[in-house]
Amino acid sequence: MSQEVAAPGTRRLGRQSVAFSRPPVILGTGAVVGPMENQGPLAGSFDHAYPDLLAGQESFEQAEREMMLNACRTALQKAGVTPDQVDFFLSGDLLNQLITSSFAAAELGIPYLGIYGACATSAQGLALAAMLVDGGYARRVLVACSSHNGTAERQYRYPVEYGSQRKPYAQWTVTGAGAAVVASPDLGDGPRITHATLGKVMDLGIKDPYNQGAAMAPAAVDTIRQHLLDLGRRPEDYDLIATGDLARFGKEMATELLARDGGLDLGDRHVDCGMLIYDLDRQKVHAGGSGCACSAVVTYGHLLRRMAAGELRRLLLVATGALLSPTSCQQGESIPAVAHGVVIER
Amino acid sequence: MAKKPVKADQRRYQQLVQEREPRPPRLRNACAAFLSGGAVCTLGQALTDFYQAVLGLDRQAAGNPAIATLIFLGTLLTGLGYFDKLARLAGAGLTVPVTGFANAVTSSALEFKREGLVFGIGSKMFMLAGSVITFGVVTAFVVGLVAAVIHR
Repeated sequence: MSQEVAAPGTRRLGRQSVAFSRPPVILGTGAVVGPMENQGPLAGSFDHAYPDLLAGQESFEQAEREMMLNACRTALQKAGVTPDQVDFFLSGDLLNQLITSSFAAAELGIPYLGIYGACATSAQGLALAAMLVDGGYARRVLVACSSHNGTAERQYRYPVEYGSQRKPYAQWTVTGAGAAVVASPDLGDGPRITHATLGKVMDLGIKDPYNQGAAMAPAAVDTIRQHLLDLGRRPEDYDLIATGDLARFGKEMATELLARDGGLDLGDRHVDCGMLIYDLDRQKVHAGGSGCACSAVVTYGHLLRRMAAGELRRLLLVATGALLSPTSCQQGESIPAVAHGVVIER
Repeated sequence: MAKKPVKADQRRYQQLVQEREPRPPRLRNACAAFLSGGAVCTLGQALTDFYQAVLGLDRQAAGNPAIATLIFLGTLLTGLGYFDKLARLAGAGLTVPVTGFANAVTSSALEFKREGLVFGIGSKMFMLAGSVITFGVVTAFVVGLVAAVIHR
């Protein structure tokens, strides 16, 4: 554990990880979801649940924006700060040109960087925010990400009312948004972000856009393995290793890959946010959830609550992103994927 | 661009994924498609008979209002939000007949209503059905050509 107080200049660990010298804290979070997410096993864990996909707006895109703004305002409120006390806003979503994030940033009036890591955006934002804070470039950073089933489906796949049979390994885009205020430890208390491991893009040639779990599993495995190597830790050092949205089939592939080369067995320690958010047997979501909001709302709404309740002490969040576009898929390209890890401690 | 060479670990992983991938319930899907497709066709035949009897049309001419009725039903069910739920169960039985075509057009038109009449409904309506029309016309042309040569 000596790495956590590494002297300045030795903050890099191994090939892909960083250790924060004075771990930034998560001052406040906001997790809002759509109707289906609040009918799953985590019902009631979220700050707000909208009764329908339109959330009182005129389009799904506006609804997604409303959700992101709600999550951001909730996080700010819980952190007890106003937008002008926040130095940067880092945000990402799945829509072309990050339009949800940019419109939300226009409302918030905080200096803004749009970030894209597909469904890995949640951990990407937390890692970047922690670096900005620990590097002394910011006192408080607001991070957010969102996804919406209606906006994602129409951009990546089919109209909502189009009748088709989905494949059993297909995933369901989570509707919702998650936000967090990351701050210097001098400015308050909260779960601490101690380390981050940024992933390499992995592409093992999976081309089926419905099989994102299988496309992302090698990226998750690579980041987990590299993380443990860089930090000199073992899986047992974590109470929980939560992957973002591999869903049922992707998690199976990840387990297989971890066991195959290197013989790592995460066992019950490994959970997947895409499988936690829905009841896979009862809700018609096939393999599980996906989307930027998936890992964000599960982490902020559920996992950090468990941490606050004393059930978890140290968590490794490995958010996974499939970096495909409708164009790359139609042109027959394979799906590049990335996974970023952050360690959150009580 | 040159084709990317497939590396050994890529081939190995793709093989693993292919082996373990959960399979769709093909037998169940085929049975559902057989029954639902049969039901749609029976309804089509009943409508044809009905229009033959009521409007006094011949067999060929009665097909047109029958198809129009099926298109109307497919469109109505799409608009009311039931078609996608039915198609999830019925599969090809609902999507292959003209009802599927109606659903493809209507769902696209509904989806892109927000983008306005011209750039939304007008241009996106045939997003999914456009290729059906294109290749339908091409196929009809080729078949017509063959028929014309044979019957000359």
